[in-house]
Order: sequence, then C-alpha cells, then structure tokens
Amino acid sequence: MSMSKIIRVTADLLFPFIVIFGFYIVLHGHLTPGGGFQGGAVIATGFILLFAAHRIDDVTCIFGKKLFQNFEAFGLFLFIGTALVAIALGYTFFMNFLANSGGLFGQTVSFGINPGSLNTAGVIPILNLAVGMEVLGGLSIIIIYMTKAIQWQEDLE
Amino acid sequence: MKNIITWVTLVILGVALFYAAWAIPFGSPFTSDMDDYFIAHGQEQTAANNIVTSIVFDYRGFDTLGEACVLFTAVIGVGVLLRLRKKEEDYEYE
Repeated sequence: MSMSKIIRVTADLLFPFIVIFGFYIVLHGHLTPGGGFQGGAVIATGFILLFAAHRIDDVTCIFGKKLFQNFEAFGLFLFIGTALVAIALGYTFFMNFLANSGGLFGQTVSFGINPGSLNTAGVIPILNLAVGMEVLGGLSIIIIYMTKAIQWQEDLE
Repeated sequence: MKNIITWVTLVILGVALFYAAWAIPFGSPFTSDMDDYFIAHGQEQTAANNIVTSIVFDYRGFDTLGEACVLFTAVIGVGVLLRLRKKEEDYEYE
C-alpha cells in the first residue's frame, strides 16, 4: 500500500517543514495563537503524511510504535509532574511558580500590547510542550493502529 | 404517535434555536467581570502575552489536565479495539 514515487518524494520533502512549523506553534503558544493541542496536531499531520504516502512497515521501522507510545506517556507524565512540583515547593496544585521569578521562563512582561519575549510565562511553555508531545504521540499512534488493522484485514481475506 | 412526538420535538428545537439566533444579542454578555479581570491582571499574574493560553493552561489548568486525560483514554480505547488478532479465538495484546 504505497503511493507513486512523486507523492513519496513530495511527502519526504514536506515532512521536516511541517514538523518545524508544528514545533514553532507549540513553543510560541504563550505569545501567538496556537498552543500544545494545535501544534501537536500539526506535527502529527507530518507523521501521518509519511504513513499515508509510504508502506506502513517502511515508516514504522524508523518511527516505531514504541516511540509514539513513549512520547504520549512522557507528555502526560510531564504535564502532571509540572503541576505536582508546585505542591512540592509549597504552592497550590497548578500554581505558576516560575512566572516573574527571573529564572527559566521568568521574565516579566509590561502591561498592554507588546511583541513579547519567548522567555516569559513561567510553566505555561512547559505545559504546552507536554501537551504537544502527548497530542503528537496520540494522534500518530491512532493512525498506526488503524492502518495496521486495514493491513491485517487485507491479509486475512 | 411516534411521528407526532418527533415533529413536536423538532418544532420545539427549531423554535428554541431560532429564538437563540435572533433574539439574544451576540458579543454583549450580561456580566463581564471575569473577562475584565483576565484582561486587566492576566499579563502581570501569568506573564503570558496570549490571554487565551494563560486561561487555558494557568487559570483553568484542571480543565486542560482533563482534556489530556481524555485524549490518553481515547488512544488506549483505540488500541484495545484495533489490537492485532491472529485467529478468531486467541488474541495478541501489545
């Protein structure tokens, strides 16, 4: 189940740009429209393009099921872990303990319309990254499961 | 009888939706205290320029945690449904 050579080469060429664009959306979630869910969906689209263009086994030997499982599990773990770190430091659950602290992601922003800086917003970029990893793993693994199921059905007949 | 209930339900739903579309003004809520609070304090409290992100990931972090868990559960459900089966009787879980 592989597409023609033109589609395969085009998918290979487009794949890095789609992934980079998705990471841009994830990392700039606290400055521009977008965020973890949207950016993760864009990155997953890049992987799904590969799955659709190539034979599924040719892709899963490089980007395996295990990789996406780890991405998804680690994303959710990082999300809950960041929220629990706030309790360990003596704040409430989901407290934004890094905001305005001066350290990592700790710059203050002035009130009003301004272009903003990437090094702001406290734990929000970390949570964005966690959600982005989870969505990327989840959507990709759903497509892997469905494509494998179609293949299994065809082998059976 | 069933037909009459269907049509009555449809008419009531249609009237309610058209009333909501025509009579309720768009974009002017009765109370805007919450919105004003977020716009006035969001930038200094969360240091994020994107107010939507600061609400979704900071003020309402629990909601986002629930969404992430829903996605995780959905993926587990798909994995359970589409697991690889060798024959009809014996299953291979992975």
